[in-house]
Amino acid sequence: MQNIRTDPSVQTNAAASATSAVRIRGLVKTFGDYTAVNHIDLDIRRGEIFGVLGPNGAGKTTMINMLATLLAIDDGHAEIFGVDVAREPHKIRQLIGVTGQYASVDEKLTGRENLQLIARLQGLSRTAARSVAVELLEEFGLGAAADKPLSTFSGGMRRRLDLAASLITRPPLIFLDEPTTGLDPRTRNQMWETIRNLVAGGVTVLLTTQYLEEADQLADRIAVIDRGQIVAQGTPGELKASIGGSSLQLILGDAGDEDRARAVISELFAGDVVHVPDPGAITVSLQVASDAATVLLALRDHSIDVSSIKVQEPSLDDVFLTITGETATEPSPTDASREEISA
Amino acid sequence: MSTTQTTQAARRAPIGTVSTDTSQLPARPGLVESWNQTMGFAARALKRMRREPEQFSDVAIQPILFTVMFGFIFGGAISGDIANYLPLMVPGILAMTCLTASMDTGVQLREDMDTGIFDRFRTLPVARIAPLAGPMVADLVRYAIAASLTFLTGIAMGYRPEGGALGVIAAIILVVVTGWSLSWAFAYIGTVVRSAQGAQGISMMILFPLTFLSNAFVPVESLPNWLQWFVTINPISHVVSGVRDLANTGAVTAEVGWALVGCAVVIAIFAPLALRSYQRR
Repeated sequence: MQNIRTDPSVQTNAAASATSAVRIRGLVKTFGDYTAVNHIDLDIRRGEIFGVLGPNGAGKTTMINMLATLLAIDDGHAEIFGVDVAREPHKIRQLIGVTGQYASVDEKLTGRENLQLIARLQGLSRTAARSVAVELLEEFGLGAAADKPLSTFSGGMRRRLDLAASLITRPPLIFLDEPTTGLDPRTRNQMWETIRNLVAGGVTVLLTTQYLEEADQLADRIAVIDRGQIVAQGTPGELKASIGGSSLQLILGDAGDEDRARAVISELFAGDVVHVPDPGAITVSLQVASDAATVLLALRDHSIDVSSIKVQEPSLDDVFLTITGETATEPSPTDASREEISA
Repeated sequence: MSTTQTTQAARRAPIGTVSTDTSQLPARPGLVESWNQTMGFAARALKRMRREPEQFSDVAIQPILFTVMFGFIFGGAISGDIANYLPLMVPGILAMTCLTASMDTGVQLREDMDTGIFDRFRTLPVARIAPLAGPMVADLVRYAIAASLTFLTGIAMGYRPEGGALGVIAAIILVVVTGWSLSWAFAYIGTVVRSAQGAQGISMMILFPLTFLSNAFVPVESLPNWLQWFVTINPISHVVSGVRDLANTGAVTAEVGWALVGCAVVIAIFAPLALRSYQRR
């Protein structure tokens, strides 16, 4: 495990559990001879969004399912607000809200009925359940569709309803398992906004995602997980710094300007790396994203035409390449089916 | 209105504050809560039934179809004429339709467990028995429909239960209890098999021998000796005899007692099994 930053809360004392929302030590889950979660240690502070980043089959869902009392813990120890997950599941269920990878709402009921059902099951009176449903439907922009059958709901609406259902009793800890997988960019942005608002209310969020961008946008701290193990941990900035910044990809209007352009850029960054993969194409590694503007301005000053530009963010692949020395390839079919079993 | 607001405030902190005081949390659901949650799941099941009236097709059509069919096909051969056969057959059909209806519990449960909402239920602080028991409570409606329709069809065909209205009501209650008890067994099957079709297939294999290797449609004396042995220990035979006694004579006999004992045994075995299997998933 590569510790990007020494985390002061990773200590086995009572003070740590008083400040931790989630405290995990040596968590293990095996399916047959396959180890889905392999001795994970994690401390999530109160009120933060903690991102768990990893490819399909890395063990993210399995970990969440263990914390959410859906799967038995094979070995190790997990605490949520000081309550032992394995020993007191009923207490844990009063502290958490879970929004899974697949919207877990009743397809045959309306949005309002779904929320009222979950509210009633958690002991709210009929009137209280009704008003909570109204409040949440408004809060999540579902007021107009409240009484429509779920079959008319879009993927984004379903996810929002699912999230709303997790918030009925305002649990202090929310698990979001890949909340935006399969959503279009606009809906994804709305979902991000919703998640940010949650934390503003003091909720702690454990978020899993396959997208570095999502973790970057939302998470205060990130753990990168691969094959059931944490391979890196830190703030988004620290993680990205460890894998290098973004790059600026240029295609020149005239391939003949290439040498001149390279000279201009080299001068700017005092001999910094300039890749030349194709004639007329230049890739510049950027320390800071705003350097892109510096490059473009300099080229304009030298009357060098640029026909296309693209700023490439570091991808999850880059994180994996840097940290594990391997690419985050698509998992083999067996891995995928295992993840499904655990889901 | 003020009491409502108090309840709501107690249950739900206002937006912007979350409580993480874990010392006050109950370690397990109380009895009253468990009951309320079971009723909550029952209400959900009823709502789904209302929205999908096709779910009632088996309990609405099968009793009528089978009563008419069996009556006209076997009546003459077994009892000389339909009128004589009806007191023998109607309780048999009654037991069979309630069994079919209870078989559906496992199929529905399996379907429900595959939709993902069951994962949410399992992360809610609700009694573990509630998601299983709730739909079964709702199913009581189905058994009652099936039982009433069977009697009505029988009566339309000339059946005159000597036990009177009370006897008939007692008989309906007995089959409803039977259906409910057996639904625990089918619920267990539902939690074990991989698919709804699987649940259906296995349940059918259990259902048919149980109903036909009983005294439901033929007098036991007409069967070979080795088969009589099974028929007399088959709990369905006791249910059918119990229903006959109640509906045809109005008497609460030992058969009724045996039927109830059988139901209790089925629940004692399968309720814990179903619960454990459901939890483990």
